[in-house]
Amino acid sequence: MAQAFTKAMARNIFYGGSLFFFLLLLALTFQTEADFPSRDNRAALEGPKGTQIAEGKRLWEENDCIGCHTLLGEGAYFAPELANVYTRFGNSTDAIKGFIASRPADGIPGRRSMPQFNFNDEELSALAEFLKYVSEIKTARNWPPNIQG
Amino acid sequence: MKYKSQSVAKLYFIAAIALFVAQILFGLIMGLQYVVGDFLFPTIPFNVARMVHTNTLIIWLLMAFMGAAYYLIPEEAETELFAPWLATLMFWIFLAAAGATVAGYLLFSYSDLAELTMNELLPTMGREFLEQPTITKIGIVVVVLAFLFNIGMTILKGRKTSINLIMLLGLVGLAVFFLFSFYNPVNVVRDKFYWWWVVHLWVEGVWELILGAMLAFVLIKVTGVDREVIEKWLYIVIAMVLITGLIGTGHHFYWIGTPDWWQWWGSIFSAMEPIPFFMMTVFAFNMVHKRRREHPNKVATLWALGTAVMAFLGAGVWGFLHTLSPVNYYTHGTQITAAHGHMAFYGAYVMISLAMISYAMPLLRGRNAANPAKSQVLEMWSFWLMTVSMVFITLFLTGAGILQSYLQRVSDNPMPFMVVQEQINLFYWLREIAGLVFLIGLVLYVASFFVGQNEPEAVVADR
Ligand code: HEC
Ligand code: HEM
Ligand code: HEM
Ligand SMILES: [Fe+2]
Repeated sequence: MAQAFTKAMARNIFYGGSLFFFLLLLALTFQTEADFPSRDNRAALEGPKGTQIAEGKRLWEENDCIGCHTLLGEGAYFAPELANVYTRFGNSTDAIKGFIASRPADGIPGRRSMPQFNFNDEELSALAEFLKYVSEIKTARNWPPNIQG
Repeated sequence: MKYKSQSVAKLYFIAAIALFVAQILFGLIMGLQYVVGDFLFPTIPFNVARMVHTNTLIIWLLMAFMGAAYYLIPEEAETELFAPWLATLMFWIFLAAAGATVAGYLLFSYSDLAELTMNELLPTMGREFLEQPTITKIGIVVVVLAFLFNIGMTILKGRKTSINLIMLLGLVGLAVFFLFSFYNPVNVVRDKFYWWWVVHLWVEGVWELILGAMLAFVLIKVTGVDREVIEKWLYIVIAMVLITGLIGTGHHFYWIGTPDWWQWWGSIFSAMEPIPFFMMTVFAFNMVHKRRREHPNKVATLWALGTAVMAFLGAGVWGFLHTLSPVNYYTHGTQITAAHGHMAFYGAYVMISLAMISYAMPLLRGRNAANPAKSQVLEMWSFWLMTVSMVFITLFLTGAGILQSYLQRVSDNPMPFMVVQEQINLFYWLREIAGLVFLIGLVLYVASFFVGQNEPEAVVADR
């Protein structure tokens, strides 16, 4: 490297560059927040339905569904994508409830298995409503590419 | 070892290695569950094994970073650690918290653990990599703050080198961005958006400063090249890391309900993220080539060069593979992601940790410069076994991921997830076999600490 390029110059590029791009990230974040309302389906989070969805999200988290499934492509790759399971199951929250409720406690021999969580009906509805809410988030290019997730 | 207080690093390194072993055992359990779906079900469901696998990984890397800091910061600052007792105390707190958390995952159902730890007071659990109970997260913050105070005070009272400042900056960044793990809104899009401020800004941001500082430290020691040269390189590398990596966060904002324009920002900036990794490779080889001494610790040099190459492959090449948004549209959340995640974590953070341990451990154990030949040869075997098997794990997962993306997303008749998984079973079996070889490598690694300790050692020779 040319001798003219000193350590002090490298250091200044580091501090200046990092600061500049961090501020740019903040600016883009503000713009993102401004764009959120048109896509993130926040209207669904209002009212009694919203409370139910919040409850569904809590159950989603406290049972670590993300440890086997992806949601909008993030999570684990062991079991099906669930952001669009509502549409995959024919726009039916009942089908989702039925599926979760019917998992055998000892699994399915030889097959990847989902636990039986022993949810009551209220909890099942909350989870299903949560998944419906996620399926109605407006993603770019309507990701996932097709119904299979 | 020049300063007595550096010896606390040893505790951290030993615990790191023990957790590494646990991590791999649970990786193998999951690898088997991929093909024998009901293996250990319902005793250890897949998600529990996964939490243990990824959380032990994160904890042992944090342990290794802290150990490295406790070793290199006093040496660079040319003074004793500010409060060695605090470092020891924090070690035991950290270890106890980690042990209790893992035991909690294994002994309780996750929902019971959430209830027991009163997750409802401040719900932070149940998100990927951040599964730890809130109380554990708070514990991590306390330990890290005490740690930062300790090394910060050490730096203040001693010599201020660029390596020390960059190491400190990286570790402060680690703590700051971890705070986003406490933010968990109901709005899923927002939740996901800020989740990446922990995950991406760690591995492709501040952790790379830590990586750079550790690599520079080891290279100065084993090559004897002038500090000015190495530190200049270090600044250039980390400048490029943050210039590309901050906006590069956008490669996670393609499909999660975030605005479309992120496709451009994310693709363009993240496509440049491999540059600093490539520079790091050139840098490491250059320094070893220009070395001014023949350091007898050959295996530490091997790890240092290994990390430079493998980080470039895993993060740079495998990252680039799926980082452009038109590609990521099909590969998002598939085995391609897993392939990249494995090689990048191994190449960048596992290997630099092992490089540091390899350099420091002989000194911490009272030797003059290096382990005896017998031990080094064994460690070199473990290097090659782990590294080559990680290459194969990555290749098999990449094969699986290409087929998965095609069958499930590209082809005219997209197949359901579970059907596709059965079709690509063979790749998962091969991955598991490669994983077993990895385990053999790891066993040899641990064994290398116990052989030939009574034999004489070589000395540092000028060149
Ligand atoms: C231990 C892993 C595991 C966990 C944890 C888990 N699942 Fe599953 N889940 C699976 C597997 C495997 C399947 C596929 C089952 C099959 O096809 O036989 C599945 C399928 C599903 C399906 C149907 C998807 C489809 O397209 O067929 C839904 C809905 C679902 N899970 C919801 C949930 C919810 C909600 C939670 C959390 C409360 C959860 N799962 C937790 C493993 C898991
Ligand atoms: C013995 C070898 C290993 C095996 C068999 C193995 C297996 C697995 C499996 C099955 C998963 C879950 C994938 C999923 O979500 O469906 C996983 C995740 C993960 N493993 Fe490993 N693993 C091994 C070694 C390692 C090593 C050495 C590292 C670190 C360098 C590592 C880091 C990770 C990470 C970061 C994840 C999360 C990946 C992601 O979300 O993309 N693993 N591993
Ligand atoms: C050492 C550095 C890196 C590490 C440890 C790392 C690790 C990971 C991990 C674990 C994931 C999966 C996260 C999840 O579970 O959802 C991931 C995702 C991703 N990484 Fe990296 N990465 C690194 C660098 C890079 C670089 C340099 C690039 C780009 C050139 C890149 C591109 C990506 C992309 C595009 C994804 C998203 C994959 C998806 O859509 O599913 N990574 N990375
Ligand atoms: Fe990233």
